[in-house]
Amino acid sequence: MDVLTDNFHTYAEGFLGTVELTVYSSALALLLGFLMASFRVAPVGSLRIFGTAWVTVLRNTPLTLLFFAVLLGLPRFGLVLPFKVFAVLALGCYTSAFVCEALRSGINTVPRGQGEAARSLGMTFGQTLHLVILPQAFRSVIPPVGSTLIALAKNSAIAGAFSVTELLGTYRTLSELGYNIVWTFVWIAVGYLIITLAISALFNLMEHAWGVAR
Amino acid sequence: MSEATALYDIPGPVTRRRHTAYAVLATAVLLALLAWILYLLFATGQFTYTKWMPFAYEGIQELLLRGLGNTLKAFAMAAVLSLALGGLLATGRLSEHRPVRLLATFVVEFFRAMPVLVMIFFVFVALKVQPLPALVAGLTLYNGSVLAEVFRSGVNSVERGQREAAFALGMRKTQVMSYVLVPQAVRAMLPAIISQLVVALKDTSLGYLITYEEFLHAGKLIASNLDYDLPFIPVVMVISPIYIGMCMLLSWFAGWVARREQHSPRTGAAEVAPAEPGTLLP
Repeated sequence: MDVLTDNFHTYAEGFLGTVELTVYSSALALLLGFLMASFRVAPVGSLRIFGTAWVTVLRNTPLTLLFFAVLLGLPRFGLVLPFKVFAVLALGCYTSAFVCEALRSGINTVPRGQGEAARSLGMTFGQTLHLVILPQAFRSVIPPVGSTLIALAKNSAIAGAFSVTELLGTYRTLSELGYNIVWTFVWIAVGYLIITLAISALFNLMEHAWGVAR
Repeated sequence: MSEATALYDIPGPVTRRRHTAYAVLATAVLLALLAWILYLLFATGQFTYTKWMPFAYEGIQELLLRGLGNTLKAFAMAAVLSLALGGLLATGRLSEHRPVRLLATFVVEFFRAMPVLVMIFFVFVALKVQPLPALVAGLTLYNGSVLAEVFRSGVNSVERGQREAAFALGMRKTQVMSYVLVPQAVRAMLPAIISQLVVALKDTSLGYLITYEEFLHAGKLIASNLDYDLPFIPVVMVISPIYIGMCMLLSWFAGWVARREQHSPRTGAAEVAPAEPGTLLP
């Protein structure tokens, strides 16, 4: 217990670092994932190929390799940004591939008849999309996107090893101060549990409010 | 593509012309992007002889191959052990004894909610273990727990009639499990199991963070060599296709098995969703 009370400040800093990383990367991943999903269902061949390549490559890339390439590679092109921004970039791009797949399969669950009916009522493409198809697709993507974001929160631990302030990295400070290493890790584990449970509670609420009634 | 979704009508002549215009524009933008990246690579001198020279040396090639071998060694150990742990935990979760079931559920849920890196670091730092056993232990705990869920949902997804018929024939519960449920479940689960092994293969790269001498570590050694003018980008350009290629090959194999199983009458009784990356969603 001492470990937590004595170093509450260090833990809080790490915890907030992880939360911050998760929030920014989630925003980037959702944005990019949405863009890539729209590329993958676009009627334009080259965009579809680009979207497919993006998803296939990133889904099969080890995240450590991506971090390695982004954090240490991009500076070689004269792009020097804080490590935190690079970490958000790597995490966001990686997760966007999984978000894209979730969104695309969500769009594919909407029966064709829905779109055909909307068009036969004289709706334009924009109206069909935002009044008929997206609302239905949105309901079925809540659980898969939720589990993707939980995975993102857990993956953010890798950023700590590349010297970005976050929860796992706190162990280094505390073990230098000579605290019991096992208890240090217990409180780190509790921190991650709080974050993953909070995300899953949030998505449960959303699912409850808007999910598909089966 | 567009036939499969509800998004688009069959295009008429005007729409087709518009789509062609979009296609030309999009292709131009993408090609411009590619050209810009190539220009950056050349402008920052990534293709100079000094930077690519190391890959011609036998010692460097051996270093890379040794790294690749270590990666595959860690993957093989983690795969075998996590399949075993997954089987054990799934047996626990399907047990009829409440304490066993509760314990197995707790273990599975806890390790699925933890970042795999926290476990690896815990074993490495707190228990003071060598890098390879630490990496394998962390990967085994995480992937074993996820696989336990896959196994459990596989066994549960076998049609109820199969279990009932087996019990009606007078089989004991171990016999029902091993002669009737598991053989059917395993076939249906195979794609999900292989997809989880892809995750394990990808995660072996975490060994880099605990100084295990795997593929990425070998790359880092070459990249930070001043004699070769810090060939960082060349190293990434050499190792990432190999890494990504291995994972793609395994993913493709999972997809191939899934497609094959879809048409097989033997798996008609069970339907298994792919493994979720450790989630607490019900």
